[in-house]
Amino acid sequence: MKTDNQKAWFFVLPVLLLVAFNALIPMMTVVNYSVQETFGDNVFFWQGLDWFQQILRSDRFHAALGRQFMFTFLILIIEVPLGIAIALSMPRKGFWVPVCLVLMALPMLIPWNVVGAMWNIFTLPDIGLLGYFLNHVLGINYDMTQDPFAAWVTIVTMDVWHWTSLVVLLSYAGLVSIPDAYYQAAKIDGASNWSVFRFIQLPKMKTVLTIAILLRFMDSFNIYTEPFVLTGGGPGNSTTLLSIDLVKIALGQFDLGPAAAMSLIYFAITLLVSWLFYTLMTKDDLN
Amino acid sequence: MDKITLSKLRRSYYPNPKQPSDYALKEIDLDWTDGGANALLRPSGCGKSTLLNIISGLLVPSEGQILFDGQDVTELAPDKRNIAQVFQFPVIYDTMTVYDNLAFPLRNRGRDEATVHTRVMAIAEMLEVTDLLDQKAAGLSPDNKQKISMGRGLVREDVNVVMFDEPLTVIDPHLKWKLRSKLKELHQRVKATMIYVTHDQTEALTFADQVVVMQLGEVVQIGTPVELFERPAHTFVGHFIGSPGMNVLPCTLSGGSAYFGEHRIQLEGPVKGTPEGRTEIGIRPEFVSLAESGLPAVVAKVSDVGRHTVVECQADGHRFNAITEGAGPEKGAAVFLDFKRSQTRLYVDGWIATEAGEG
Repeated sequence: MKTDNQKAWFFVLPVLLLVAFNALIPMMTVVNYSVQETFGDNVFFWQGLDWFQQILRSDRFHAALGRQFMFTFLILIIEVPLGIAIALSMPRKGFWVPVCLVLMALPMLIPWNVVGAMWNIFTLPDIGLLGYFLNHVLGINYDMTQDPFAAWVTIVTMDVWHWTSLVVLLSYAGLVSIPDAYYQAAKIDGASNWSVFRFIQLPKMKTVLTIAILLRFMDSFNIYTEPFVLTGGGPGNSTTLLSIDLVKIALGQFDLGPAAAMSLIYFAITLLVSWLFYTLMTKDDLN
Repeated sequence: MDKITLSKLRRSYYPNPKQPSDYALKEIDLDWTDGGANALLRPSGCGKSTLLNIISGLLVPSEGQILFDGQDVTELAPDKRNIAQVFQFPVIYDTMTVYDNLAFPLRNRGRDEATVHTRVMAIAEMLEVTDLLDQKAAGLSPDNKQKISMGRGLVREDVNVVMFDEPLTVIDPHLKWKLRSKLKELHQRVKATMIYVTHDQTEALTFADQVVVMQLGEVVQIGTPVELFERPAHTFVGHFIGSPGMNVLPCTLSGGSAYFGEHRIQLEGPVKGTPEGRTEIGIRPEFVSLAESGLPAVVAKVSDVGRHTVVECQADGHRFNAITEGAGPEKGAAVFLDFKRSQTRLYVDGWIATEAGEG
């Protein structure tokens, strides 16, 4: 008979402790805040699910959530096809491979607040390279501190600049793993370039693309630093994404209860959408 | 049904090849008969992929021509030639069903769905995959995947040449036999010229009517399996085909006879020309027997391989294999080796240098 050895649990213990201190316990304090009201001095009153109701019914939350989905949708619909297209046009072998890879990796190496600051200066109408060029050379009235549309164009462009490389690198990894025989067979079968993409390259990239889309979804849905540094959520509230709004409530207004309830809802939405994505994209593999 | 002619074909991966060693493929002149079953036998890495890719049009030769039935197709694109190629690792389109996989080459060529259906059903039946047609191709076993990639080649009614690039590499041993006999059967039914590349002598010899043996990008011998076995044109062929391979012994020539050490060995026939270079005697173990008299030797190793016994003997620091029926002698025993005269050949610098005797 097989005897179960329970000793292995001890090896998991350090990880458990680590996760407890950096995730579980902080999260439980958030849960704790979300059901109570405080006026300072460490005095708390039981509030039940009131904060959750209030957040879910608030127009402000709906608006921020809408902007958040819009932002994520826009960057995904640009970054994924663009990333695949760049990966397809990169060389597969030779001298230029490392050059391309390093160039692609560069934007991702820059700290997020620096990216925000860079783009802020870059787009200033009077002294920024891009801002000056658009306003004074092309004559387009562009000022993202005044015009919501300009602000949106700027944060989306900035994210595309910063993160398309991730999709490129992952797609490229999928592409180079395809053996030459597939391309040769396709040539003999008389397949068009589109067929090669549709039936060979895309299926082989599917796994890495799933990961790329999931990562880009989660990152962009939780994005804070770059738009905060770039626009601070403005002009008005036009680029106030969920995370920016959350910080405003938690630290600006010091409403810890509503902020905690909002974080939990925010977290639940991220989790739910990620799960939906993953389930939809991998459901074929089970058959 | 095409006759394939390779004329003065060479391929180099260098822009300006100067010496023979710059060529991945040395000069090849070759005819593959119409509708024949041909094999290309070679040890790993000697320009066989290069040769196959040139025939299928994926590569353009540096020099020379390829003719299909006398027509120059050297510059023609792969999909314009009537060829199909089955690769070492099965190539299938994962996201399509088996049916769509088989239909793919026809649909790409704009055939109407009725024709596609008839062809696919016929090929599926021939390959015995009819009950798999609705399945996703990704989930198939390796042998079925390989059948589908074969089917994609055969489905086109205009295919005249089917090339197999070590198609059984990833197949389980017990299925290899089945798939190989399926291949033979297919060859008889579709009557296409088939070229089968392999490094496995059994596969080549059982499949083909004509075998081309290559070494280092060079054709060493072309012949039927029997010819390759009985009269290897080069010591390499002798080594490569047969198990164990041919015995090759250094010898000296004197007065038209060959001497191994002091021992005179009779050759099958007269020596061609005046040999210059390294001289060797080649004889297959099947024709070396233990006798009452002959070359004295000591038994070094005896291995029972089932149908017969391989006796490894040593004489003058050289090893010989002899094949005997039944149990062999003890290890360490002193024996005499007799070489069957009609099967004893002289090789000069590796190449055969005796004329066939009367037998």
